[in-house]
Amino acid sequence: MISLEINGKIYEVNVASDVPLLWVIREHLQLTGTKYGCGIGMCGSCTVHINGKAERSCQTPVGTVQGKKITTIEGLPENHPVKQAWIKEQVPQCGYCQPGQIMQAASLLAEDPHPSEAKIIQHMNGNLCRCGTYPKIKSAIRLASAGGAK
Amino acid sequence: MKTDLTRRQFLKITGSGLAIAVATTSTGFRLLNAAELEKTDTAFRPNVWLEVLPDNTVMVTVNKSEMGQGIYTSLPMIVADELDADWKNIRMEVAPAGDAYKDPEWGSQSTGGSSSIRHMFEPLRRAGAAAREMLLVAAARQWEVAVKECAVEMGKVRHIRSNRMLTYGQLTKEAANLEVPQNPLLKKESQFRYVGKEIPRLDMLAKVNGSAQFGIDSFVPGMLYAAIARPPAYGADLVSYNKESAQAVAGVHAVVPVHSGIAVCADSIEAAWKGREALKPDWQNAKYPHLSTESLAKEFVGRFETKGIMARNDGDVSKAFASGSQKIESVYLLPYLSHGTMEPMNCTVQVRGDGCDIWAPTQNQSGVLALAVQITGLKPEQIHVHTTFLGGGFGRRFERDFVEEALLLSLSTGKPVKLVWKREEDIQNDFYRPMNATRIQASLDSDGNVTAWSHKIVCPSIFARVFPQMMKNGIDNAAVEGVENLEYEIPNVAVEYVRFDSAVPVGFWRSVGSSHNAFTVESFVDELAFAAKKDPLEFRLGLLKNHPRARKVLEVAAEQAGWSKPLTRGQARGIAYHFSFGSYVAEVAEVSVDKNSGTIKVHQATCAVDCGPTVNPAIIKAQMMGGLTMGLSAALKEKIEIANGGIKSENFSDYELLRMSEAPDVDVHIVKSNEKLGGIGEPGVPPIAPAVANAVFRATGARVRQLPMKPETVLTAMRTP
Repeated sequence: MISLEINGKIYEVNVASDVPLLWVIREHLQLTGTKYGCGIGMCGSCTVHINGKAERSCQTPVGTVQGKKITTIEGLPENHPVKQAWIKEQVPQCGYCQPGQIMQAASLLAEDPHPSEAKIIQHMNGNLCRCGTYPKIKSAIRLASAGGAK
Repeated sequence: MKTDLTRRQFLKITGSGLAIAVATTSTGFRLLNAAELEKTDTAFRPNVWLEVLPDNTVMVTVNKSEMGQGIYTSLPMIVADELDADWKNIRMEVAPAGDAYKDPEWGSQSTGGSSSIRHMFEPLRRAGAAAREMLLVAAARQWEVAVKECAVEMGKVRHIRSNRMLTYGQLTKEAANLEVPQNPLLKKESQFRYVGKEIPRLDMLAKVNGSAQFGIDSFVPGMLYAAIARPPAYGADLVSYNKESAQAVAGVHAVVPVHSGIAVCADSIEAAWKGREALKPDWQNAKYPHLSTESLAKEFVGRFETKGIMARNDGDVSKAFASGSQKIESVYLLPYLSHGTMEPMNCTVQVRGDGCDIWAPTQNQSGVLALAVQITGLKPEQIHVHTTFLGGGFGRRFERDFVEEALLLSLSTGKPVKLVWKREEDIQNDFYRPMNATRIQASLDSDGNVTAWSHKIVCPSIFARVFPQMMKNGIDNAAVEGVENLEYEIPNVAVEYVRFDSAVPVGFWRSVGSSHNAFTVESFVDELAFAAKKDPLEFRLGLLKNHPRARKVLEVAAEQAGWSKPLTRGQARGIAYHFSFGSYVAEVAEVSVDKNSGTIKVHQATCAVDCGPTVNPAIIKAQMMGGLTMGLSAALKEKIEIANGGIKSENFSDYELLRMSEAPDVDVHIVKSNEKLGGIGEPGVPPIAPAVANAVFRATGARVRQLPMKPETVLTAMRTP
């Protein structure tokens, strides 16, 4: 049995410790906002927070995160400035990569509330968006950084 | 968002709500309400569904797939506008697969060709307008006043003189019993309340909070997860595999050979994937062992010597070449491309004795339904296709291969099955954008006028497999679109198509033939401008004297990009335009090139689009930005590598997509026109690749004629005199 704290709730899951956290979150616990994209840490669709830091859940064996605080897109408050900015800027197109983008952006702003353009790009560069929403992601991060007013 | 509206439910609401359907007949659209529908059951096939419920909710059933293009918002906007509904009461639901939901122009339920709004605009307007007129009559009757004394506004009917009001919800019962007007008065453009406005998307919240249900998010109690081991090369034979090892993995239930490989079915995804690893299949006898990127390049270019089929032949090209003063020739080579939808192919199916449910991120509901009938032997009405959100489509999800596998596996295991492809399977088992080789020759007279254009493209056929009935005289329009309708005013034009199908399967990739033909045409036009010693913009405008829409987008894009203004040292601009799917798009790229590495940096992109009337400008701008960015990804980075008879590219590590650091800001300008509605999903893609190549030429003097424009390709071009 693996014990996990996700979004403030404790889950007991009967899986081997080498199973990627991604499968546990989305297939076992059906918290499906966290997405599978590449399985090798190249796209960022599976991004969650582990102790507040953005991590690729497809590259994280579930056994390594026992006792740590895991946050998924479902656990990020609806009034979180990043979620609000994403809505205001109407960022998503197909929407599949967006939970990962939002989690990645939220960890950036937690670490640096006023990131430079270069820092935004550096921090977000591991997250792919096939629909090409990058310019809107950047403006939403700037909006969230400015406290919702640009 | 609900996903189910059956015909029975539709008929059941007759008592309480007003429901309007639009049927397509040989004489045009026919509008009918639920009561009439019941009577005329077999004669009409209604395509559009609109309900006004007693609680004032307006439910619009959307028959198109949402894959990023905002269709779950744009289509309801059209209905809401003609109905004069209050936007906050608008709800949408996704249509199941069925004859009732077919696209009236295509006669099939599918999404593609940038056609959703183009095909649905008129029927949706009529449905909304008919319901509006019925609600007006219902109110007038209730008040015992003349209809002309009443007016609608924002979901209510008002008696103007007395200022009495009734909400639509209060009028549904009465209105439902009225005859449906066949020619309701449609609004004038100036009367639109929503159409033409930047209404926020209805699917936005679900896509931000993670609750949007994509295909991969489907679950059925008791389902098995399936994973398929596939051959590494086309046509390879399966010699042996280790069934016992796979079955020994905890959680594995079955090992099932299927047409595309060997499937492992297990009670968890990790067990299925571990079981697949344990199969260790031995594949032998690749059918084309020497097939590679290099061998294909030789084959494609070699086919220039093969006689093709003429797709266009204006004037006399040979004669013009004989008398021209300058002859220019260029050869271009473009690779196979993968779709790379962020959501890999997947499908969840439950086949039972008495029915079947399919949860699929599909662009092709009619095709999925027909396939399910064929595989299960069930009747269409026993099969329910649940269209989920699509994590990208771009044409890939018009195919049904992943649905077929899930259907077969559910049938053979007798259990619900969820099939999720690995990214590697997705990249290696695609229906790719066709590789192609193009040779263009042109002649200029002594004044720099183009007197002849001779175009030869060697390209596989998509339509021969997908819609063979649409092949015309052996010509696949997808291979020559954007060329056979070349708008440049040149007296002698010849377009020749050489069909060459390799072992690599091809399919529709966002903007299809235009995505590659715009590159060759617009690069070559730039080469001609250089040869004629003219400014690329002026040169184009000079060849488009009778094409005002093309001129306009070019002029707007150039003006907005500051075409004539000086740039930072080392930077240069390139321009290109293309007409596709009914829309004109011009794009300008501002680039610089690192002369040591050959790396292209696109600093800024500008886009001007004329798609006729606009439904939601914010969505149009987003689609242009997204299309341009995807086109840039293909232009700079994407190429499927082939080796030893199969696909060598595996994942985003070696099939790289554009990242944020490489994506420019995109400035989009909508050029308003009163022309026919144009598409928006695809036309943003084609012009960017040539715009960048043309800018690279101006920055470096090097003409890049191969895609992608990777640093090494650019360096090679720079070193070629």
